[in-house]
Amino acid sequence: MADILVVLEVRDGALRKGAGELIAAARRIADGSVDALICSAASISGLDPLGVAGADRVLTATHADFATYCPDGIVATVASIASPYRAILVAGTATGKDLGPRIAARINAPCAMDITAIDASGNALKAVRPVYAGKALQTIELAGPAVIVMRPGAVAAAQHGRAGATSAVTVPPFTRRLTVAPVRTSERGSLDVAEARVVISGGRGLGDPKHFALLEELAAAFGGEAAVGASRAVVDAGWAEHGAQVGQTGKTVAPELYIAVGISGAIQHLAGMRTAKVIVAINRDKDAPIFKVADYGIVGDLFEVVPALTAAVKQARAH
Amino acid sequence: MKIAVCLRRVPDTTTKIVIAAGGKSIDEAGVKFVANPYDEYAIEAALTLKEGAGSGETTVIALGGDSVQETLRTALAIGIDRAVHLQGTPSPDGLANARVLADHLRGGNYDLILCGKLAVDDYGQQTGAMIAELLELPCATAITKLDVSGGQASVEREVEGGVESATCALPAVFTCDKGLNNPRLPSLKGIMAAKKKPLDVIAVSPGNGGVTVISLAVPLERAAGRIVGEGAAAVPALMQALVSEAKVI
Ligand SMILES: Cc1cc2nc3c(=O)[nH]c(=O)nc-3n(C[C@H](O)[C@H](O)[C@H](O)COP(=O)(O)OP(=O)(O)OC[C@H]3O[C@@H](n4cnc5c(N)ncnc54)[C@H](O)[C@@H]3O)c2cc1C
Ligand SMILES: Nc1ncnc2c1ncn2[C@@H]1O[C@H](COP(=O)(O)O)[C@@H](O)[C@H]1O
Repeated sequence: MADILVVLEVRDGALRKGAGELIAAARRIADGSVDALICSAASISGLDPLGVAGADRVLTATHADFATYCPDGIVATVASIASPYRAILVAGTATGKDLGPRIAARINAPCAMDITAIDASGNALKAVRPVYAGKALQTIELAGPAVIVMRPGAVAAAQHGRAGATSAVTVPPFTRRLTVAPVRTSERGSLDVAEARVVISGGRGLGDPKHFALLEELAAAFGGEAAVGASRAVVDAGWAEHGAQVGQTGKTVAPELYIAVGISGAIQHLAGMRTAKVIVAINRDKDAPIFKVADYGIVGDLFEVVPALTAAVKQARAH
Repeated sequence: MKIAVCLRRVPDTTTKIVIAAGGKSIDEAGVKFVANPYDEYAIEAALTLKEGAGSGETTVIALGGDSVQETLRTALAIGIDRAVHLQGTPSPDGLANARVLADHLRGGNYDLILCGKLAVDDYGQQTGAMIAELLELPCATAITKLDVSGGQASVEREVEGGVESATCALPAVFTCDKGLNNPRLPSLKGIMAAKKKPLDVIAVSPGNGGVTVISLAVPLERAAGRIVGEGAAAVPALMQALVSEAKVI
């Protein structure tokens, strides 16, 4: 289906994760070319992987205001090149969710948020999205050009081996209405539950905020691939930051591995993690609802199970 | 300070979702409807800012059928000064709705337009940013902190792995996230007063826009998993499953 534009996310002068996924999603619906737009303050090196991932062209737009997130400038740039594209894809991060609707309103196109599947067979552009906190799935058809905001983790990156030739696009004049400061990285480090390959979440079963250390140790055993999340009960109690909350009023995560520790599995928590590839639950109550969605469960005291698991993961990864 | 809050009526989040005949919408029988939880943060922010400024007017605006008037009255009971019911059927295309809201807001001379970060029914996550774009106003979405002084606003929002702060001049549009404030509840006095506050009704027609709903379905349950064992003794079995079966370690 025609040509597709993907708008990639840049922070602190580097591409964010997820570019490959987004390009792979675009390839699924493109029968023409897939172009990847990068808006940055200076040129970014190491763009060859974008061609490998399936981008025919990499378009670079350079402007001093792009040193931090600059929605006004990005929207103006996208609008200036949008007309040939059947769809514009953005990743469903905090930034992408902010940007997508702005682009859509500027180019007078519908915006489909949190898309978990797209399809362009039969020339109609169709997309699937969770609604009602994931309690239902809506399938929609999008007329004309459309902005699609993809849920992270929905489509796996792939190797398509396209040219990925770079060309510059001109940033049109724009009014910067919002001035954004550089992101202040949180104390927990830069790995976010929404981006990590492995998420280990703790709930009220931990009994005390200091016991989050057990989960930090388990996360560390995964060697920088794991982030620690939390249920709302413990976020509200001040045991964990809101940024770590998984669920309906927190983040939606789709990691390869989700380990729920001392979490009962309330429907609002499930809304944020039920699309994880593999779910593990550790809970001393064999009837806890979390076991209904878990692929693997251990019934038992987390204070015994988690340290044993940490040791086992360390050992497995050492081999 | 003139502040507008866009308010949406949604099913209570604890509602069990049943798909209606036709397979495109939910069965509303027996469903309890409430103000969208994120809009409660917007209402609270509007009331606090007006109180801080010492003068001004707060307005709630809802697009929808006649039932939204009940939700608007709730906002008036919490303390909002006046309500506007844009009477019409919302479109499945968020842009069509944003346009109707923006057209109404355009003439209102508002210093601030506040929305929720998302509506917990359609999860559109777009209305506020679209209104801002249509009105050519500055905008920040999903804010968890808002300070207004001297015609300037500074905000904070959570992004992956950190916090982003931003500034802009008023008028501006913001969408509100959990963490911004603690919404107050309506008081008995407020409920009485709400009955006398103005609620204007204006007919609108958002039209269909570019989105057609093909189907609405309840997602497949995850295939039932298994309990690999009890206590620390079950860890080897779990590792075996994660390494050899699921291949995630
Ligand atoms: C509008 C709304 C939005 C919400 N949004 C969210 C959200 O985004 N995210 C979210 O998580 N929740 C959300 N909730 C709250 C949700 O309903 C639950 O209250 C919450 O998820 C419960 O947290 P929990 O599982 O940590 O605590 P609990 O339900 O108290 O569960 C604790 C679990 O720990 C187990 N346990 C205790 N001790 C041990 C031990 N030593 N070893 C092993 N297991 C042990 C217990 O058996 C129990 O199952 C929301 C609620 C509402 C109404
Ligand atoms: N029909 C509506 N009437 C008034 N405000 C709305 C309506 N739909 C959405 N909004 C506003 O836009 C926010 C986000 O909604 P959505 O973009 O649908 O997720 C809501 O929290 C409201 O503030």
